Amino acid sequence: MIHRRQFLRFAALGAGAMLVSPGIVFANVETERRFVFIIQRGAADGLNTVIPYNDSAYRTLRSELAIDPSTALKLDGTFALHPSLGEISRLYTEKQALFVHAVASPYRERSHFDGQNVLETGGSGPYQVKDGWLNRLVGLLPKSRAEAIAFAPTIPLALRGPAEVTSYAPSELPEAPDDLLMRVGHLYEADAKLHPLWSAAMEARGLADRAQAQRDPASIGRTAASFLGRADGPRIAMIETGGWDTHSAQNNRLANQLKALDTMVGALRDGLGDVWQQTTVLVATEFGRTVAANGTGGTDHGTASAAIVLGGAVRGGRVLTDWPGLDQRSLYEGRDLKPTLDLDQLIAAVAAESLRLDPELAMRTLFPGRPSSQFFHGLIG
Amino acid sequence: MVGKTTVTAATIALDRFGLGARPDEAPPADPKRSVLDQIERLGAKPAAFDTTRSSPEIATQYAAELQKLLGSDKADNLEARKALREEIQALYRAEVEARALAALDTNTPFMERLVYFWSNHFAVSANKPRVTALAGAFEREAIRPFVLGRFNDMLLAVEHHPAMLFFLDRVGSIGPNSQAAQRAEAGDTRRKLGINENLAREIMELHTLGARSGYNQSDVTEFALALTGWSTGRIGEAVPNHAPGVFVFRPALHEPGSRRILGKTYSQPGEGQAESVLQDLATHPATANHIGTKLARHFVADTPLQPVVERLSTTFSDTGGDLPSVYRALIDLPEAWTSQPAKFKTPWDWTISALRGIGRRDLDGINVAPLLNQLGQPVWRPGSPAGYDDTAASWAAPDALVRRVEVAERIAATSPSDVDPRELARKLFPDSLSEPTAGEIDRADSARTGLALLLVSPEFQRR
Repeated sequence: MIHRRQFLRFAALGAGAMLVSPGIVFANVETERRFVFIIQRGAADGLNTVIPYNDSAYRTLRSELAIDPSTALKLDGTFALHPSLGEISRLYTEKQALFVHAVASPYRERSHFDGQNVLETGGSGPYQVKDGWLNRLVGLLPKSRAEAIAFAPTIPLALRGPAEVTSYAPSELPEAPDDLLMRVGHLYEADAKLHPLWSAAMEARGLADRAQAQRDPASIGRTAASFLGRADGPRIAMIETGGWDTHSAQNNRLANQLKALDTMVGALRDGLGDVWQQTTVLVATEFGRTVAANGTGGTDHGTASAAIVLGGAVRGGRVLTDWPGLDQRSLYEGRDLKPTLDLDQLIAAVAAESLRLDPELAMRTLFPGRPSSQFFHGLIG
Repeated sequence: MVGKTTVTAATIALDRFGLGARPDEAPPADPKRSVLDQIERLGAKPAAFDTTRSSPEIATQYAAELQKLLGSDKADNLEARKALREEIQALYRAEVEARALAALDTNTPFMERLVYFWSNHFAVSANKPRVTALAGAFEREAIRPFVLGRFNDMLLAVEHHPAMLFFLDRVGSIGPNSQAAQRAEAGDTRRKLGINENLAREIMELHTLGARSGYNQSDVTEFALALTGWSTGRIGEAVPNHAPGVFVFRPALHEPGSRRILGKTYSQPGEGQAESVLQDLATHPATANHIGTKLARHFVADTPLQPVVERLSTTFSDTGGDLPSVYRALIDLPEAWTSQPAKFKTPWDWTISALRGIGRRDLDGINVAPLLNQLGQPVWRPGSPAGYDDTAASWAAPDALVRRVEVAERIAATSPSDVDPRELARKLFPDSLSEPTAGEIDRADSARTGLALLLVSPEFQRR
């Protein structure tokens, strides 16, 4: 009857009681650290996020979509940050934000769905690997109570796999009575698929602070912080963002998208308090967008984009890039920002350094069969 | 273990090919026949759609109100904009309700399932106001009338529909050497004129051939050029029939010349050029394989076996995309009648089957659109042109299960108090109710709890 005992413990947590089982060994020093992956679904425009304002071709090709450098937040003599990214620019000033430009996964076609599949599975091509790299990362950590969580009702591909993970998203539905939840637990006891899902759900509910269960960006940031900030909470989390596919009316849409991301990150940092020092956030997208504006005030599917690394221990205040330039001959297939850095290698290095894992082991496990490199190191203190 | 649930052919006909049993209907005596028969008798337009409006009616009203806004001063403008947004949301909710009512009332549930399947295959996403306003009309006009026809007719209807043209940014895509572009160059306008390749790419990748099936970037670009000129009417156009919400071909925006796509040259002038490409894409072997795979995944198993896919794709190819023939081949597959439920219901299908299961034909006290938002499947808003994913991994997840329990509890609370959940469970799953579910319902402390347990039981979640 172990299931029932477990269930009752979760139910008590769910009822709002802070119940700490004496049997729980708190995580050791390694797993005091947190890693958050924010995926930008839809191909986020890296060129208008981290803007190469001094590249003369940028103005010409982007025409009415080019961000006016006088409104942008200057990072250095080459790059500036989109004006919507106020919080992130402050992190940059405090050397807690790092930008990586002209970076791409191994995927070189332009399908969102294949591109996201490659980004999330860590395969060399679409549908070659079944599980997600974030799930394999969970497998590299010492087993503790609740390692990984998706802030969504369902589990995104990057987190799917053999390691047990959970999901949580604020619900606007009236809560079901605890008695019914317990009965559902019995109902699923004999079901090999539903039983573990239900146990994970009850555990996550036990950790949630449902007072702040809203779905706006600031609330999502705070909810994530309320889980990650707990000593007995998850160490790895994933947050999904969508709406980056700006084929038309890009200027307004991208400004709103980036503002939401910026607000969420700010709320996460504020909510984590001191734990922010042990937290790393990685923001990445499946591929970038065309350098030239299209005919409808937007941009079409491209190749390389920009990734963002944030956190209290990040050795930030830098833009890491092997900038390929935007003149016609330097573009990938004559239209896209050419990838000069590997997103897989960046992810492996950031994850390994954040969680104090062997970088080689992380690369082999997260991105099997992909070449490793020494380029990314010393990113996290 | 999952293996404990085994279901009868009657339950398969009702759940795997339908929208769940109703307590006031006897289980089918000849399950397979009962599904096949539905293909022959697609009835009249569901009564729930009597009060809905057409795309031109909706779009004309929207355009007129938007035009009024542009003339008003700033303070009024904000208020009026908010009112317009709310109006569009109300229209969207009414469309979702009409769809749900049709599903509760239907006696051809297999047809409704096919409407949902194709609507998701040709997904639009209600993230832009214009698409939100037209999403329901799109399904009624471009999907529903074609589910028992030929694939190429549905494809043409879909790609001409204003909702799709708005969703994939076709309106305003201009050939770089078109008359309009040349005029603009002469006038030295600042606005950059050119193509947008979104629709062309998604037609190839999602609607027809499928990803990694052999087309390349040049095929996408050429197809996007062929599609220039495909547009919709605007308010106040002098040309008859050029009304908002109506497909319009604009020759001045069309890129002149012939196009080369998948090794074939298309030299038709005007609108016929892209139509001709669509006709070829509709019957391409890669399309047959793509559609066969998706149908098999939807009705048979998350990872369908290759012979199953081949039977469907061969039928598709042999009949030139005659959809009823493909459905008959599907129903004839022994693999579709295995007694182990292989599919996990989507939130929409689960909600509809729960309401049908307690005998509802109305939606009193139920707000379907917000309910589906909470369950993680906003209707017509998958967020991406790929539509919603069709495997258990996307729907069976920790938090998603809790949501279903919360909704089941609400639905159970609305049902008449004299319903005996034990009796209902045996009626809805004749000879298919599992031991643990029957036992747990028997032990429930109230009819309401018993009913909620039935609605979230493993047999109710799967099909």
